[in-house]
Amino acid sequence: MLDDIDRRLLRHLLADPALGVSALAVRAQVTGAVAARRMDRLRAAGVLKGIHAVIDWAALGWTVEVSLRFTLDKTVANAFDEFLAAAREVPEVLDIQTFLGRVDVRLSVIARDMAHYQQIYRNRILRLPHIADIEALVEVAQIKSAGNLPL
Amino acid sequence: MTPDATDRALLRLLEQDATRPASSLGRALGLSQPATWRRIQRLEAAGVITGRRLDLDLEKLGFGVTVFLGVKLATKGRVSLEDFERAVNAIPEVQAVSLVLGLYDYRLRVVARDLTDFERVLRRRIMALPGVGDVEANVLLSEERRPGPIDLL
Repeated sequence: MLDDIDRRLLRHLLADPALGVSALAVRAQVTGAVAARRMDRLRAAGVLKGIHAVIDWAALGWTVEVSLRFTLDKTVANAFDEFLAAAREVPEVLDIQTFLGRVDVRLSVIARDMAHYQQIYRNRILRLPHIADIEALVEVAQIKSAGNLPL
Repeated sequence: MTPDATDRALLRLLEQDATRPASSLGRALGLSQPATWRRIQRLEAAGVITGRRLDLDLEKLGFGVTVFLGVKLATKGRVSLEDFERAVNAIPEVQAVSLVLGLYDYRLRVVARDLTDFERVLRRRIMALPGVGDVEANVLLSEERRPGPIDLL
């Protein structure tokens, strides 16, 4: 189980995920050895599954991001699995989330521009299996970005 | 910037593990440690790599429930977006907020210990936000991040 030191380390790391172990130790007010041991333990326990580089796709010229919400045809037995497997084959898909609620699946799709998006939508998205309905949402601004947890 | 084949391979590796040292990345790519370091610096300076993201097992941290809320403002014009945004930002259980065009106005990502705890957050915090109107909730069952179209760069 997590104790106060683990929580403190994770809080500081969430606030600044680029911190190295020694800088993290200073902020969390523990020794470098303690921080390193705790981080190893959190990784081994699967609490910390990884630290990934964040790629800014807009900086690479992929300026359009659309959130597509799908309702699937649940009368088909394997609708979810087949849809998800096909969605993983589309390279422009950044996020795949499944839900219990009014929506079944949400995909985040990026494109170079609107014309390119149309092309991906027609040739890849609409060909995904077992779609009953699609809604599109366009994200205008991130007010608060994923990260913080009430630890 | 237009990344070359080596940059693309580097992006793929850093996307998997941003903490991997330049020496180890260089060995995988057939580059020296300083050459690898220079490429990482260039990707960061060009704004291609903007930072790092932690992947935490929320359930192991005691957050068994993640819910996405679509929130519509009831009285557009009378309540300012700033008031709503300031209030929603102050809720610790709200992990992310985005302004969206489409069915509703804001999308919120909310974490809670369990459904009972979520109900508390919804009643006491979300429903008390200034100007809040219709709220649609979808409980997250699974989530997968994909590397993105690195091969198409």
